[in-house]
Amino acid sequence: MAPRRAPSKPVGRGSLDGLLASREIIVACGPGGVGKTTTAAAAAAMAAAHSGGKVLVLTIDPARRLANALGLEGIGNTERRVPDEAFALAGIKPRGELYAAMLDTKESWDALIRHHAPDDRTRDEILANPLYRNISQRFVQSHDYIAMERLFEIHSEGTYDLIVVDTPPTRNALDFLDAPERMAEFFSSRLLRWLIVPYRSRLVNFASKPFYQVADRILGTQFLADIAEFFILFQSMYDGFIERARAVQRLLADRRTSFIVVSTLETVPLREAEYFAQAITERKLHLGAIVLNKVLPDYLRDPEGAEVAERLLDRAEEIAGAIAPQLNDAEPAQVRRVLTEIGQNYMDYRIVAQSEAEKQAELSTAAETLVSVPYFETDVHDFAGLMRLGAGLWGE
Amino acid sequence: MVGLLDRRLVFVTGKGGVGKTTVAAALALFASEHGRRTLLCEVDAKGDVASFLESGPTAFTAREVLPHLSVMSMDTEASLREYLRLNLRIPIVGRIGPLAKAFDFVATAAPGVREILTVGKLCYEVREKHYDLVVVDAPATGHIIGQLAAPQAINELVKVGLIRSQTDWMLEILSDPAQTAVAIVTTPEEMPVNETLELVGRVREETTVELGSVVVNRVLPELFGRTEEEVFDALCRDDAARELTRLAGDDPTPVLTAARLAVTLRRTNAGHLERLRSALDPAVPMLYLPFLFARYHGLRTIRQVALALGEEMGF
Repeated sequence: MAPRRAPSKPVGRGSLDGLLASREIIVACGPGGVGKTTTAAAAAAMAAAHSGGKVLVLTIDPARRLANALGLEGIGNTERRVPDEAFALAGIKPRGELYAAMLDTKESWDALIRHHAPDDRTRDEILANPLYRNISQRFVQSHDYIAMERLFEIHSEGTYDLIVVDTPPTRNALDFLDAPERMAEFFSSRLLRWLIVPYRSRLVNFASKPFYQVADRILGTQFLADIAEFFILFQSMYDGFIERARAVQRLLADRRTSFIVVSTLETVPLREAEYFAQAITERKLHLGAIVLNKVLPDYLRDPEGAEVAERLLDRAEEIAGAIAPQLNDAEPAQVRRVLTEIGQNYMDYRIVAQSEAEKQAELSTAAETLVSVPYFETDVHDFAGLMRLGAGLWGE
Repeated sequence: MVGLLDRRLVFVTGKGGVGKTTVAAALALFASEHGRRTLLCEVDAKGDVASFLESGPTAFTAREVLPHLSVMSMDTEASLREYLRLNLRIPIVGRIGPLAKAFDFVATAAPGVREILTVGKLCYEVREKHYDLVVVDAPATGHIIGQLAAPQAINELVKVGLIRSQTDWMLEILSDPAQTAVAIVTTPEEMPVNETLELVGRVREETTVELGSVVVNRVLPELFGRTEEEVFDALCRDDAARELTRLAGDDPTPVLTAARLAVTLRRTNAGHLERLRSALDPAVPMLYLPFLFARYHGLRTIRQVALALGEEMGF
């Protein structure tokens, strides 16, 4: 049953419309578990549908059904066109083209090594190095870095009018913003050179230096040698790498790039999202919008609704007796239970909805645009669902 | 299977946003209230434990915030210092500044080193019997495997050296199901259930730690039984709704729509729960925690969750 009365539009319900039309890159960030990937995909789909041009959504780890909806099932690192039939099933004739790609960390790292390696031998040695394999697959920051790196690469090819990128859920909110800079710092560090000196030149008696003594006792000589070999190999790519990391950093700060923070109004994600918004602003990056997902519908805060719910609770027996004959002669006791349940249910959700409204009001000063997307009863599992979420992003 | 409270070391993990920290804090609070000297360790150091327990900021040095309940936050550098102090009698430890910086590089280059210092500290607290139970607010799904598998990874990468010699006793504690378990927190939603099932497989294949429990958080209450739902459906028909408007004095649409929302949500969740239950080994206990229609998340919430958790664990 649909509400007969249109819910009143809350203040400050914005739209991503303008942002998606005016930028070349949108980076979606925010805490885990708030629908960030789905939001990025929906935003890209809406842009392709309404603004036209070639739009790419670069996702990290989409749910299987979302991957299916985008036609990405079983597809790796390369970009694929989302067929127009997907739009047609949702009753939409897109003005532009939608592409989607999933980020494969290891494949992206390997491609990067192939690109930067000075010769085939170095390339093969790095690809086979156990530390490299460890770093490219397990090292958390490497995911952060490679996502930004891949974004840069795709953007510099000039194939797309708009790229919407989903970010990995990071341990530390700032990691992916700092990843390029940290990578650059890491490989240009004096300390690193110092660490590999003894392995480069056997003239230095490193056993006499206290640092190596301790490192040796803790880690073992073989392991230190492995580390050194890795860095010596890596240094051959050093210049290209640093230059690239800096370029990635510049692209993120460019005015063609904008960030959106995705969150729900739950306490913990919201606190993290506020932290994100603050970090983006402090870094002088452009915070385009805050998108609030799964916002409880406005009718839960309806004062008349609360009055009805209270009356159902207070006068359950009386009302049940009076209305039972109209309900296929149901047991009045059963009707009373139903009335009590639905009254209590309304009051329960009302508390949460009110607390959410309060938090949303506090947020309205944090970003130029605040977009809230209503709670959907079911998960997004097909393209129509994605477009429904997209309509919410458009403030429709 | 050994109950969570009868172990010595419990890692609480799960997909981001499912209430991992809430459950870890509630478990620790419940254990401490049942006489266990309990240490709650926050590994990600986001400060959520402090705000949930309203305990003030946490640090590497554990602090008792409630009777029998101590909290700490992991800091790998501090863990290294402590480790060196306990294990090496080298004068350089006094001037450890540059060493710590160098360590950062080694740890960055060699995954496993940072993790072993985390796991090592936790296992150390268990071995030294400073606490009856150590509850870890562990990293989220993506990173927990790296942590639990760190001792093996180190065994493979590092052939000799002090760290290598330390991994054996850690593995012994981690691999003993009477002492150590991992609890995975999830919600009855699509992605969290998918990730949980994936993680269950990885814990079994890539680590030696036993899966002690799956905790399903935020389970919505069931509004109606079948016949009650028929009554509700009848109530939503136009003639009945009009009569209800007259009796209740106002339009009942928001209340009816909210009930419909609750029923639909519950039903969607039930599907995901069923998928989870049927894919899990029946020997793994599942603990269900209700959705809390709460205002905020603080000690009050943790107490409510602790109570529900205690009931589910049979107390």
